[in-house]
Amino acid sequence: MAQHTRKGAQFQSVTANRLRDGIVVYLTADGRWSESLQDAAVAEGKEAAEALLAQADPSVADNTVVEPYLFEVSPENDRLSAASVREIIRQAGPTVRPDLGKQAELADAQG
Amino acid sequence: MQLIKNGEFIEDSFVAVGDEDTLPDGPVIVSLERWQAEREALSARNTPLGVRLKSGQEPSIIADDLDKFSVVALEFPAYRNGRAYSYARLLRERYGYKGELRAVGNVLRDQFQFMIRCGFDALEVSDKITPEIWAECSNFFSHYYQPAADGKPTVLSLRQRLAARAQSGGAA
Amino acid sequence: MYRYDEFDHQLVNERVAQFANQVARRLSGELTEDEFKPLRLMNGVYLQLHAYMLRIAIPYGTLSSRQLRMLAHIGRTYDRGYGHFTTRQNLQFNWPALKDVPDILRDLASVEMHCIQTSGNCIRNVTSDQYAGAAKNEIEDPRIISEIIRQWSTFHPEFSFLPRKFKIAVSGTPDDRAAIRVHDIGIQIVQDAAGKVGYEIYVGGGLGRTPMIAKKIADFVPKEDLLAYLEAIMRVYNMYGRRDNMYKSRIKILVHEIGAEEMKRQVDAEFAEIRKAGTLHLPQEEVDRIQVYFRPPAFETLPDESTELNKAVLGDTGFANWVKSNIAAHRVPGYAIVNISLKPIGGTPGDCTSDQMDAIADIAEKFSFDEIRVTHEQNLTLAHVRKQDLYAVYETLKAHDLATPNINLITDQIACPGLDYCSLANARSIPIAQRISERFSDIARQHDIGEMKINTSGCINACGHHHVGHIGILGVDKKGVEYYQVTIGGAADEKTAVGDIVGPAFTEEEIIDAVEKIVNIYLDKRETGERFIDTYRRIGLAPFKENLYATH
Repeated sequence: MAQHTRKGAQFQSVTANRLRDGIVVYLTADGRWSESLQDAAVAEGKEAAEALLAQADPSVADNTVVEPYLFEVSPENDRLSAASVREIIRQAGPTVRPDLGKQAELADAQG
Repeated sequence: MQLIKNGEFIEDSFVAVGDEDTLPDGPVIVSLERWQAEREALSARNTPLGVRLKSGQEPSIIADDLDKFSVVALEFPAYRNGRAYSYARLLRERYGYKGELRAVGNVLRDQFQFMIRCGFDALEVSDKITPEIWAECSNFFSHYYQPAADGKPTVLSLRQRLAARAQSGGAA
Repeated sequence: MYRYDEFDHQLVNERVAQFANQVARRLSGELTEDEFKPLRLMNGVYLQLHAYMLRIAIPYGTLSSRQLRMLAHIGRTYDRGYGHFTTRQNLQFNWPALKDVPDILRDLASVEMHCIQTSGNCIRNVTSDQYAGAAKNEIEDPRIISEIIRQWSTFHPEFSFLPRKFKIAVSGTPDDRAAIRVHDIGIQIVQDAAGKVGYEIYVGGGLGRTPMIAKKIADFVPKEDLLAYLEAIMRVYNMYGRRDNMYKSRIKILVHEIGAEEMKRQVDAEFAEIRKAGTLHLPQEEVDRIQVYFRPPAFETLPDESTELNKAVLGDTGFANWVKSNIAAHRVPGYAIVNISLKPIGGTPGDCTSDQMDAIADIAEKFSFDEIRVTHEQNLTLAHVRKQDLYAVYETLKAHDLATPNINLITDQIACPGLDYCSLANARSIPIAQRISERFSDIARQHDIGEMKINTSGCINACGHHHVGHIGILGVDKKGVEYYQVTIGGAADEKTAVGDIVGPAFTEEEIIDAVEKIVNIYLDKRETGERFIDTYRRIGLAPFKENLYATH
């Protein structure tokens, strides 16, 4: 399985899949889950990242989401983007089906 | 842990003893190693004896000793490790073991029926299991395609029965 | 085709109830994800990149029109209007919600389908030849014994927690379209000198990170003993297969470690005991009962030549090309086997929309005795079409973008879902297949190149069968960037071979040119009538390697 986050990544966010429908979601600063990466809370540094990941625990316990994990992001020009091909595809949808997934459903999910 | 035998939640009359433990009075279950090391002494005791096989300890090792055991316990070190299903069938179907065959270790409710089919008549289960859960999970499927150690009729034999009935009905 | 009796129905319905209960317990929080995961994985429910994925079993790749219409309905109602046919002859939906899965299972059960054993460490869906019942040199319809194996293996109490997943394939003809030598067990139907039908048994084939070609361990297992023999193999594997390392737990590793001779000895010893007990003896009446379902349909007596067909071929070049590549010979005069390509130029290999499924179901109902086959190369087959109907079939297929004339040609590629969908993938597969398809879209060029199988996988698990592609492409991840490693010389037929790695991996930008270079080297070196694979077997890797990495 591809590595989710590069060792020593500076900025990281938390993602998971929603239990009921499996849709990709991102942990926001106020502890909720958004379908849009642009709403994701960003942690800088290892300690902040661990703390952010711990904020997902209640949502696992109450069965809102499954398998949360950290991944590398880069915040540039007020816009968050995922660092790895895998996470870029997760936040947009299949590259071979631009009519499906977040790229088709969310205005702010383009690459 | 609790013991279910032949569908009843019962008190376990056997004590599982470690290899270094002093043997208490009454029925005990020992490891294969201890059985092999102390078979004379263990056979001489006048109480029921059980042996516990780990995954990897094949039942053929004790095939000639089976009349000495009231319990053979087979270990499931993880629910994913299904080796003991084969061990159970061999003990029942090949070596003719008639005593208690006990599933121990990681025994999940979704496996009860498979274990019963393979010849286990006793299961050590988590305390979470209630008689209601047992009733539901030990009996999910009404029919089986393949023969196993439980000797239950297979779908094939039921089909043959139906066919025979249809034929005799047709003749009458 | 096979129809459920009351027992089959009851079992599937009980399974639906059981799984619906497990899903309800998960959604209510009674089960944690750790507890639920193994349960959903026993019913084909995976969690992928974007959503859940549901894998539906299509036993030995045979579907009725009614079943295909139900799949179309499920795609439309619960998914996003399409499904993906896999190299295991199954169908996957990419976007179902967990809460809907029980309803999907109920819909499937209503047409005698299910998701039983489409994942997990158990005996998976039995696969077979898409030309079953239609191939000229068929010894016996492989679906008869496949159905018997399906039933025997369903909820087998002893073999539901094997060291690893277990795949069985059956071929009824000497030419192998079911890739039996890369399966855990491959069954080749044979006939002895007296004309009695039995089985050659191959064991220990597989792809993944350690590709192995199966070894033959029995020359002739009589029909009545087949289940006993299979049970013997399974028991040896269940008792001695490795459980300490998931990468070494397939039966191919056991066979490799103890050797085919020793494997045969152990299986034979176990078989002798099981046979003595007698409970797995397969009675002829049951074979007969199942055989009835696979009786040849009511073929008409027709001249083998069809003037309508000949006329249409002369009048329509597109049709002529389609006939040339997508039609195979049928054993009955006046009939043909039609292959429906799910590889449109630039499309996703194996994808099929709900509308297309409905269209194919209608065509099958009207022209092919109500039956559709799924191929392990991710195409569909109509097994019995009158030659005089071929043009009508073609026109209808064409109207639904289903008449791509490329079966066995370079654009007829296998590709796994890859990183566009799969959470295990390291790289994308589909875009590579699409760009190769576009590069070689010219039909005259495709015919000039001839038979060519390009298989692409997005990770080492090899769902795209890259090891056995004439050209195999494996996506790898190098520090978050996709690279593609190339092998040449693989084959999945009766001359199964694992391809040889040509050298360092290519970038996404380089890979299409690399493939074209390989093709050009072949065109340059080939002798008259030689297919790519023949040329490769004659000249070996060196000429490819030299030219491929030569600096410009």
